[in-house]
Amino acid sequence: MSNGHVLTPVATEVLSVRHELRDTATLSLLPPPGGAPFAPGQFSMLYVMGLGEIPISLSGDPAESGLWIHTIRGVGNVSQALVRAIPGDRIGVRGPFGSAWPLDRARGRDVLVVAGGIGLAPLRPLIYRLAAEPEAYGRITVLYGARTPEDILYFHQLQAWKESARFHVRVTVDSGADDWSGNLGPVTHLISPVDFDPASVVVFTCGPEIMMRFVIRLLLGLGVAGERIFLSMERNMKCAVGFCGHCQYGPHFVCKEGPVFGYDQVAHLLAEKER
Amino acid sequence: MKYHEIKDLLRQCHGFATLCEEDLDLMAKCGVNAVFREGQLLAQEGHPADLFYLIRNGKVAIETHVPHRGTVTLQSLGTGEVVGWSWLFPPYLWMFDVRALEDTRVISLDGKCLREKCEANHSLGFRLMKTFMGTLVARVHDARLQVLDVYHSPQGG
Ligand SMILES: Cc1cc2nc3c(=O)[nH]c(=O)nc-3n(C[C@H](O)[C@H](O)[C@H](O)COP(=O)(O)OP(=O)(O)OC[C@H]3O[C@@H](n4cnc5c(N)ncnc54)[C@H](O)[C@@H]3O)c2cc1C
Ligand code: FES
Repeated sequence: MSNGHVLTPVATEVLSVRHELRDTATLSLLPPPGGAPFAPGQFSMLYVMGLGEIPISLSGDPAESGLWIHTIRGVGNVSQALVRAIPGDRIGVRGPFGSAWPLDRARGRDVLVVAGGIGLAPLRPLIYRLAAEPEAYGRITVLYGARTPEDILYFHQLQAWKESARFHVRVTVDSGADDWSGNLGPVTHLISPVDFDPASVVVFTCGPEIMMRFVIRLLLGLGVAGERIFLSMERNMKCAVGFCGHCQYGPHFVCKEGPVFGYDQVAHLLAEKER
Repeated sequence: MKYHEIKDLLRQCHGFATLCEEDLDLMAKCGVNAVFREGQLLAQEGHPADLFYLIRNGKVAIETHVPHRGTVTLQSLGTGEVVGWSWLFPPYLWMFDVRALEDTRVISLDGKCLREKCEANHSLGFRLMKTFMGTLVARVHDARLQVLDVYHSPQGG
């Protein structure tokens, strides 16, 4: 990206809004002029005038770089304002920032994607890339866990991927009503070595930190090497370019070295309590 | 279904990966094929747990009835998974209902017979206990993660 956008948000227009869930919406934005193409896993800083600025992952297909898509769950002031946005609203944007999912590492190998909750959003660009070229990989398995059936993000998209012959997609919920006949249980329960070769599979995971900890422990127990597990970390951010230290995570600045890390890079930090 | 086909299915089950050929032989001899139609009960809470199942194909729900709430599903289990451990631990009663969520093909195994063999042969008993403990521990971890309700908080990922 050009230096002009590093610290100063550029005003852009909300082109469309899709209400995904009761607290979650997907906004399509015009990218900042001169903005670089983004890679799966990267994020932008979205600025709501008078309220503040937050990091949000790019959740669209990188091949369609004409639009920047972000899926936002309203949890506080800024994110809720973004979920309430309507087409024509103007917001500030800068980015793309951060590291990307190392998709190259997965070529020729089985791929396992494990997502939970809004954690599916940062993984969606990666899944689009896998779907565009499935023959370049071994078996592809996407596992997704949500709280209830009403909280399943990108339901129709998941359904479409599920129907594709080259994709294994399984969805589970932590609790479901009487009429739910799908899987019920945590996303870890869906992990089965029948789907992949533990000796070579490459894993990409994003979700609540505690979920990722359980997922990773289970995978290590099945013989998956830590160097083939990649995760996306969330830390509060300010500058997003490695100046302010706001996002520091042990020796790492999540905004620059992350958000995507290899498990081996952060293994010792994952078990630590956040201060 | 022939006994050696049942043995092959048991061998393919990840949960039984640590069992030796001899143990698989013995278990296969206690197994028969069965089919449950969608909605049919495989087990009923409080009833003697003389059987357990390996799901060949399909999906079942572990359920219980909660007063004023009705039937609550605690977990679903699918193809390749083992259903039931109550046959191995006193009081040998099913703790929950098990209902087929879709037409489900299973290997039904005679837990009572195996239990008696375990009592007579403690070395076999230890190996089976270890195997089923592995499944049990995994289910406890699952239940704990469910209780944590990880997607609920604002930090929900
Ligand atoms: C690299 C990165 C990518 C992200 N991608 C997305 C995304 O695609 N979609 C999305 O909805 N959210 C995403 N987030 C999280 C999002 O940035 C936060 O939800 C947002 O900053 C909250 O700001 P707020 O002003 O709305 O709420 P605040 O008032 O700041 O906080 C409300 C609540 O949310 C908690 N919170 C704030 N920030 C975070 C955080 N980063 N992680 C966990 N909990 C937090 C606070 O502790 C508080 O309880 C991402 C975060 C990072 C670091
Ligand atoms: S947010 Fe400023 S250093 Fe990372």
